[in-house]
Amino acid sequence: MSNRTKLKEAFKAAFPHTIPIFAGFWFLGMTYGIYMNVSGFSFLYPMFMSMTIFAGSVEFVAVSLLLGAFNPLQALAMTLMINARHLFYGISMLDKYRGNGLKDIYLIFGMCDESFSINYTADIPEGIDRGWFMFFVTLLNQCYWVFGATLGGIFGSLIHFNTEGLDFVMTAMFVVIFMEQWMKEKNHISAFVGLGVSLLCLIAFGAENFIIPAMLGILGVLTLLRAPLEKETEVRQ
Amino acid sequence: MTFTQQIITIGMVVLGTVMTRFVPFLVFPAGKPTPKYIQYLGKVLPAAVFGLLVIYCLKNVSLFAGSHGIPELIGIAVVVGLHLWKRQMLISIAGGTVCYMLLVQFVF
Repeated sequence: MSNRTKLKEAFKAAFPHTIPIFAGFWFLGMTYGIYMNVSGFSFLYPMFMSMTIFAGSVEFVAVSLLLGAFNPLQALAMTLMINARHLFYGISMLDKYRGNGLKDIYLIFGMCDESFSINYTADIPEGIDRGWFMFFVTLLNQCYWVFGATLGGIFGSLIHFNTEGLDFVMTAMFVVIFMEQWMKEKNHISAFVGLGVSLLCLIAFGAENFIIPAMLGILGVLTLLRAPLEKETEVRQ
Repeated sequence: MTFTQQIITIGMVVLGTVMTRFVPFLVFPAGKPTPKYIQYLGKVLPAAVFGLLVIYCLKNVSLFAGSHGIPELIGIAVVVGLHLWKRQMLISIAGGTVCYMLLVQFVF
């Protein structure tokens, strides 16, 4: 297979996986661009920030950081806290995001929730180059995001049609990804731990502060369950 | 904030994000065997993290006010039902989202 066909095939395989993200990122990116627009920033800000940061939630927070007093250390600390979940993704991707040459650097740079979820769960067909598949998933997702953010920054105040509820596309996508993972695994203990601990932490700490305690809780419970869970996988194998 | 201060602030956010993404790959380099505990986490974490992400998407749903989370519940039920039936990612996601949009725009 020539290099060009290899790229084309990988792109064709990757694209359908990113369609839900297209819908979600277009909408969320626009929202972000509009938010920056009404906060008094030129479209160049959402455009460059979506390119260089490429992590949705922290980009929204960055708007309020830019509007507040200059405090670079606080900006760094906030970012580390909000994005700490990437550490989990990285640990899960240690094998997949290695051995793809220079693409690895971009794959790791672009490891947002959605790209991680697709690249972790997708059944890449036989004969498709895995590195290029994951590269295109990441690149397409980032293009959608930058496109939405820039458009929102430019035309922010001009668009009027009822998009209320479109953001549910992200919830729907994560539910599907959760189910795909569920159907693949032999036991569902880890899935239940994730749902249960997160729900408890949400109730205990509230919507704004539950991520970090939830992550620590998940880490703690899974560490405690290591012996039985590893034993079970050995027995099943 | 001056323009330079803005650039520094954005730079800090970029730095923080890049750090959270690259640290695992730097701490556990390719040549050396990854510790067994980390390998174990790599295997069991994703299922838990997807659970966390589902809850994260629903974090602003209030059970005791507004629409009581009913549109979300119906939307998710539609997604699950469609996915169990057809197992076509796009159909499940589109079906659930359209249903949710109709619910929040016309019913609730």
